[in-house]
Amino acid sequence: MAATILHGVGATTALSSINYNNSRRSLPERKRTSLVIQCDGSLSSGLNISNNRGAKLSTNAVATKQENVTASTTSKPGLRHELLLFEALREGLEEEMERDPHVCVMGEDVGHYGGSYKVTKGLADKYGDLRVLDTPIAENSFTGMGIGAAMTGLRPIVEGMNMGFLLLAFNQISNNCGMLHYTSGGQFKIPIVIRGPGGVGRQLGAEHSQRLESYFQSIPGIQMVACSTPYNAKGLMKAAIRSDNPVILFEHVLLYNLKERIPDEEYVLSLEEAEMVRPGKHVTVLTYSRMRYHVMQAAKTLVNKGYDPEVIDIRSLKPFDLHTIGNSVKKTHHVLIVEECMRTGGIGASLTASINEHFHDYLDAPIVCLSSQDVPTPYAGALEEWTVVQPAQIVAAVEQLCQ
Amino acid sequence: MALYLSKSGKFLPHFITKMSSLGMINLSSLGSCLSQNPPLLTEDGRTSYAAPGNDPTHFVCRRFGSVKADKLASISTNADSQLLNFPGGVVKFTPELKFLSDAPEERIHCYRVLDESGHLLTSDFVEIDKDIAVRMYKEMVMLQTVDTIFYEAQRQGRISFYVTAMGEEAINIASAAALSMDDFVFPQYREAGVLLWRGFGLQDLANQCFGNIGDNCKGRQMPAHYGSKKHNYFTVASTVATQIPHAVGAAYSLKMEGRDACTITYFGDGGTSTGDFHAAMNFAAVLEAPVILFCRNNGWAISTPVSDQFRSDGIVVRGQAYGIRGIRVDGNDALAVFSAVHTARKMAISESRPVLIEALTYRAGHHSTSDDSSKYRPIEEIEWWRAAQDPVGRFRKWLEMQGWWSCESDTELRGWARQEVLNAIQVAEKAEKPGLREIFTDVYDVPPSNLRDQEKSLRQTVQRHQRDYPHFQF
Repeated sequence: MAATILHGVGATTALSSINYNNSRRSLPERKRTSLVIQCDGSLSSGLNISNNRGAKLSTNAVATKQENVTASTTSKPGLRHELLLFEALREGLEEEMERDPHVCVMGEDVGHYGGSYKVTKGLADKYGDLRVLDTPIAENSFTGMGIGAAMTGLRPIVEGMNMGFLLLAFNQISNNCGMLHYTSGGQFKIPIVIRGPGGVGRQLGAEHSQRLESYFQSIPGIQMVACSTPYNAKGLMKAAIRSDNPVILFEHVLLYNLKERIPDEEYVLSLEEAEMVRPGKHVTVLTYSRMRYHVMQAAKTLVNKGYDPEVIDIRSLKPFDLHTIGNSVKKTHHVLIVEECMRTGGIGASLTASINEHFHDYLDAPIVCLSSQDVPTPYAGALEEWTVVQPAQIVAAVEQLCQ
Repeated sequence: MALYLSKSGKFLPHFITKMSSLGMINLSSLGSCLSQNPPLLTEDGRTSYAAPGNDPTHFVCRRFGSVKADKLASISTNADSQLLNFPGGVVKFTPELKFLSDAPEERIHCYRVLDESGHLLTSDFVEIDKDIAVRMYKEMVMLQTVDTIFYEAQRQGRISFYVTAMGEEAINIASAAALSMDDFVFPQYREAGVLLWRGFGLQDLANQCFGNIGDNCKGRQMPAHYGSKKHNYFTVASTVATQIPHAVGAAYSLKMEGRDACTITYFGDGGTSTGDFHAAMNFAAVLEAPVILFCRNNGWAISTPVSDQFRSDGIVVRGQAYGIRGIRVDGNDALAVFSAVHTARKMAISESRPVLIEALTYRAGHHSTSDDSSKYRPIEEIEWWRAAQDPVGRFRKWLEMQGWWSCESDTELRGWARQEVLNAIQVAEKAEKPGLREIFTDVYDVPPSNLRDQEKSLRQTVQRHQRDYPHFQF
């Protein structure tokens, strides 16, 4: 059974290159880069980016306090400005709305209120309240509306006030959004972006602490990405809007106030690429969204103890970037997955299966996956804290794995 | 805790923000009535809110001219304090403890132009010229023929499934005839006639039912789940009522572009029980979207009669509940359906508003080929509706009275139609099926790595076992 498919990590530029218009140069073959397009038209290489980030990235856990995380994002000294993650999302959204009049936003309280997390603040004033549309409370309906609008030429961004509410739209997302391009024989495309905050927040209760990426990952026809820094939030937002496929963009409730300096020049990231957060050689730690920060906090401790973890923010939840992940596994031979999903049926579970299938021969030890327990998220602070993977657990797991 | 603020504290800050910022918003992009008149009695004495007889347009416009604190005071000092400017509008008080009745005294009347013998009952209808009328009849006959023969084909095992529109030919063809080709159609599954009218060929229908390489859906959907971008007819999905919010979204898109077109969506009596119907109706009203919501109330949702589906007086009364204009028409009367849709379309586009049409009719066939309706309803009932209320026969009688049709033409037409349909089936049956590669295309715009892996794996499997599966090819 072992690795009948050892390939599968081959170049998959098609998706990346097709999404950009002619004025952008895209790489002829995949590299582990984000496409940073400078105003002189040249591209900066990803390896430089990652090395630099590895060196300067200070890691503050979001677990206890919201602290500012600053990181340099490019090796080239371009002009940069500082902003918070929700502002980065807004910037990306605004740039796309400016660029293409077909881009519109719909959701609860996104218009004059500016969105519950202020991602759409000011947009209704600028673009009018038809393009930034306040909807009644019916997620199934406004998602359906977004699908209908997308099939007729608009590029809507549907905001779920909290990802959990999109469970009401599951029928539309699975049976229609994911399927109509296929069942219509390619006649109707659905360039919709569905986004919203999810994950465990601060005592928001079980219903507002959902990790929907688990439930949606099986739906054929959709793409899923998770942002974690202002830099990738803006880049992924723009990429998602430009993609002709339905894309679900997962944000995290606790990451909206992260601060970072991002390039002034326009840039768009690839939807299917993972991000090298910290290169290393002892163990590959795969994570995404908020857990990235717990991992980086654990990494600090691990480095002090003499370990050299390689941390990858997988970013692309569907499909997985097996190219980046594979190269890392081939180097370190040990894999630790740290996620916020529940143990059963989470992204970690799928990723474990996928890595085992493709890279079994490169593993020196079984893959370890740290997830939340299979429980509804409790309200009480102490209880809630321990349903989420903590840095101490990550440190212990790495030590165990690398024995 | 932005979330808590927004959900529980939502009302107050939201409402205050609206009050202060809305005066300055540029609403020109909406293009419809967006004045900022205060919500008071206007100069000519008309109240802007409340009284149901008023022009609803004004009522709807006021959604942005919400309550201001000082105005509240001035109203409540009204001499006998008989009304209050609540959020949502001025409401008069009553001292009577009286509940609204659950049902109107009489059911809403049903608009009809032709009686069963094809005689005109009124002059209040939209006239159609001979060419359109004759074409309508021919297409109704064609639809009947297609349904009959495809149904038989399923029974013979040649196709796996089929749904007919028996008894609803007038709804299909007359509504299609009243629309323009630019209008977007979001069907449920009993509207193949709309597609026929728009020019989708018999061969195309047959190809889709047989799922062969000629199928523009590439064998992806069940029979009778047609879709054609060229004809602005959106692919049928098996899910009930999911097309209604799609139609509202598409209408929103048309409104944004300022196009001279509307959307129409069809659904049955059963579909109106769904959450999607409710939410879409509400949306369409709030958004002022140019959509025609066409309900084919044919009395049955598989085996569930309407008495078990809802207790309202049909669907038309629900329009008012959402702030949507509605009409009830005789669905077996082609002229009535044509007039209603024609007028609704004008209203929807020129006034940018949704319109609800409830067409009362009867599902003369079974729900689908997987159903035998004689199990839950008397055969006499089915037979009666088929004979006495046949929409095709009624329209023919009217045409004959106009001198636009004859018996001979009828026999000739039916013979020809039958032959054409049989030919189409024979050709479709013999055609090849799509290659296995089509399992993986169109899931996304371009297959991602996981799908390319899976396709490669399948290819290898098929090659290895070529002898066992000689007919499968990529």
